[in-house]
Amino acid sequence: MQTGLRTLFRSSRTASSTPRFRVAPTSHILRAGALQIRSLHIKKYTSEHEVVNFDDETGVGIVGITDHAQSVLGDVVFVELPAVGATVQQGDQIGAVESVKAASDIYAPVSGTVEEINETLSNEPGLLNKSAEDKGWLCKIKLSDPSEVDKLMTLEEYKATWE
Amino acid sequence: MPLSYGDVGQVASHNHVRKSVGIFDVGHMVQSNFRGKTATEFLEWLTPSSLSTLKPYSSTLTVLLNENGGIIDDTIVTKHAADAFYVVTNAGCRDKDLAWFQQKVAEWNSSDKGKEGPVEREVLENWGLLALQGPEAASYLQNLTSFDLRQLTFGTSAFVPVEGFNLHVARGGYTGEDGFEISIPPSQTVEVAQLLSKPPVQLIGLGARDSLRLEAGMCLYGNDLNETTTPVEAGLSWVIGKDRRETGGFIGAETVLRQLKEGPSTRRVGLVVEGAPARQGAKIFAPSGQEELGVVTSGIPSPTLGKNIAMGYIKSGWHKKGTEVAVEVRKQLRKAVLTPMPFSKANYWRG
Repeated sequence: MQTGLRTLFRSSRTASSTPRFRVAPTSHILRAGALQIRSLHIKKYTSEHEVVNFDDETGVGIVGITDHAQSVLGDVVFVELPAVGATVQQGDQIGAVESVKAASDIYAPVSGTVEEINETLSNEPGLLNKSAEDKGWLCKIKLSDPSEVDKLMTLEEYKATWE
Repeated sequence: MPLSYGDVGQVASHNHVRKSVGIFDVGHMVQSNFRGKTATEFLEWLTPSSLSTLKPYSSTLTVLLNENGGIIDDTIVTKHAADAFYVVTNAGCRDKDLAWFQQKVAEWNSSDKGKEGPVEREVLENWGLLALQGPEAASYLQNLTSFDLRQLTFGTSAFVPVEGFNLHVARGGYTGEDGFEISIPPSQTVEVAQLLSKPPVQLIGLGARDSLRLEAGMCLYGNDLNETTTPVEAGLSWVIGKDRRETGGFIGAETVLRQLKEGPSTRRVGLVVEGAPARQGAKIFAPSGQEELGVVTSGIPSPTLGKNIAMGYIKSGWHKKGTEVAVEVRKQLRKAVLTPMPFSKANYWRG
């Protein structure tokens, strides 16, 4: 089954009666604290469960999937990433994250050029489960239009899409 | 049955069944009894298997076929006696199977054969069905019974006294591991389930059930089998009895016997795919990418093997093991090699 994360969520929700959607709230609280200290970084979300950590000094956004997304996907066993140097438009499919259960497409949350990919994930895809929004980042995109970040969701808006 | 239980991941559950023992609540499956003097002949009309020569308290995988030889459902049939069979069919096919059985029982009972001794089907409503699976399944169950389980070899069944309950236990399952499928009367399901789910037994969900059966090369109805696939195409010719190949006499025989003789145009095969896992619906091509050869019907990254395994249907001529093909995943062709199934070695108790 190949599907966007959003579709996957819907299907697992109906197929499973177990509470698989719990996200440890402490991690968000800790990160919110860290954000206040490093005010140059803006963390935004998409309804497709991508997260962008944008540094307005360098104009680079670090793209990943949300902690909520990894918890729904389960054990990630394979990550396909875009090529370094690729030019991507917001909404383009740029890769995929696969668990045993399903494949989920990753869409570019912002437009720009792929500057770096997280090579560690090819040997250690499970890092995505351990640290989705930090060490398990997928790629770094140099934004062509930084104002796109403003239109992405805040954590509260994002959480409201699935809570 | 949920996809998983608690916070235990699919891979951890999967590995637990391969290394120790897990229990699956498969009570959603449909259990039925067929009784009557002509029950053997009736079921030999509905399926291509040799049920007359099947020994009492033995089971076989078989298929219910439509007039075109297409598979209505796959099923495990257990013979208790020539006039008594226990049949387990898929939950997803419940309604159409019910209609099919009703129609065919009525047709049979009004025929000359049926008048010799009518056949009746009793659905075991609300009965439990638990599958205890894994290399430690036998030692766990043995601790709960005086019955010598060494005598109960793969593909046979018996009524086994388990801590005061007398339960129908069939040795087999859907994981490729040694194990038992245990049928439980409605009033005893909870107690028996509690008895069978103590450590080291873990509750295993649908997610791991799917990855285990795929590693074992077993079909999932709806994915790998449907009403347009025949048992010959599906690589299930072995369920067609030797004598039945001569005499026919089952629904769908014309197509099935012709395909046995001439070979099918498409065949179910196993694949190992490089790079990304191929999922249901991924197209199979010749290595050049020019010629479309077939389609993947099930595929996962195998937890046991660490490779991407898949099964699918491919044009005859391309079906030999070792043949290199290409599978399209996210618009890219990935190299794949035809690989015999099961992907992981079966571990059955054959005595």
